[in-house]
Amino acid sequence: MADTLQVSLWRGGSDGRYVDYAVPARESQTVLDVVTYVQRHLDATLSYRFACRVGMCGSCAMQVNGRARWTCRTHVSKVAEGGKLTVAPLENMPVIKDLAADMREFFGKWQRAKGRFAPSKTRNDPVEPIDPATPQRRAADAAIECINCGVCYASCDTVKWDKDYLGPAQLNRAWTLVNDVRDAGNRERLVAVSEGSGCHSCHSHQSCQEFCPVGLNPTRSIAGLKRKSLAAYLKGELKP
Amino acid sequence: MNVALYAWQRATAALMAPLVLVHLVVIFYAMGAGLSAAQMLARTRGSIAWGLFYGVFVAAVSVHAAIGVRTILIEWTPLPRRAIDGFAILFGLVLAVLGLRAVAAVVLP
Repeated sequence: MADTLQVSLWRGGSDGRYVDYAVPARESQTVLDVVTYVQRHLDATLSYRFACRVGMCGSCAMQVNGRARWTCRTHVSKVAEGGKLTVAPLENMPVIKDLAADMREFFGKWQRAKGRFAPSKTRNDPVEPIDPATPQRRAADAAIECINCGVCYASCDTVKWDKDYLGPAQLNRAWTLVNDVRDAGNRERLVAVSEGSGCHSCHSHQSCQEFCPVGLNPTRSIAGLKRKSLAAYLKGELKP
Repeated sequence: MNVALYAWQRATAALMAPLVLVHLVVIFYAMGAGLSAAQMLARTRGSIAWGLFYGVFVAAVSVHAAIGVRTILIEWTPLPRRAIDGFAILFGLVLAVLGLRAVAAVVLP
């Protein structure tokens, strides 16, 4: 292992540039460790985003050597090419500054896709028992562990080509709620995901599945939404 | 693409799959048998079956291709949606007119 890593970090806004830093190489070093080293020891003005450092919060995703990754769980030894690292803010989002991408559009689309639970009961009703073995619950559980990191969104060709496209994480979230028997908002949700630039715009390239750090398969969720909304449309329950 | 366009594009694709196969078989047969233009026309003129076959084919192609071109224009050009919708409809109509003219030319007696 070389003693020093050659690290290029994106600095500035969308009109910024890469700046090179030399960072000591260490064992079991993550990309987030490298970025943190630069801010603590080389340039305190470096901006980036992180919180939990253990792969739960979804804050620290960045482009690492051209590929979107969760930096806190990405070991340098796995991704450095010849001792070199290039780190940039997530793609398909505006740059705020340096390595911090603006995720307002990402979460705005979350709302557009009706990614919010719509309760069908009140706190005065008894708690509804949910059988984890039903096909619906299994479909929801298979997609539920999303940490909102934006890696799939940054890796999606359709997001890149169609700025209105809802996005894989957002549609994946909608699919979990479509399969939640306690949810009362599915009529509006199916309408929302079936409009132009909704689930039917997905090309099934499966980059979201390939790049998702927690191993989810948003493409499968989107295919589920396509089937469900198509059936509703053919039955006349859905007017586009 | 919304759910209605998706339904039309998938339905026309399913319809075209067997039609394309028959179309290819017909081409291979006609070429293999060395049919002249006059011999082909003798088989197609006045044929309701060939008229229906290629009439449905042209209709399916026109709908399918127009929706596909619309998607390509949305993803690859900065044109506004209204202009793209208008162009896609026009493109579908041009395909339908050209295709149906060709069908009429070989089927009408």
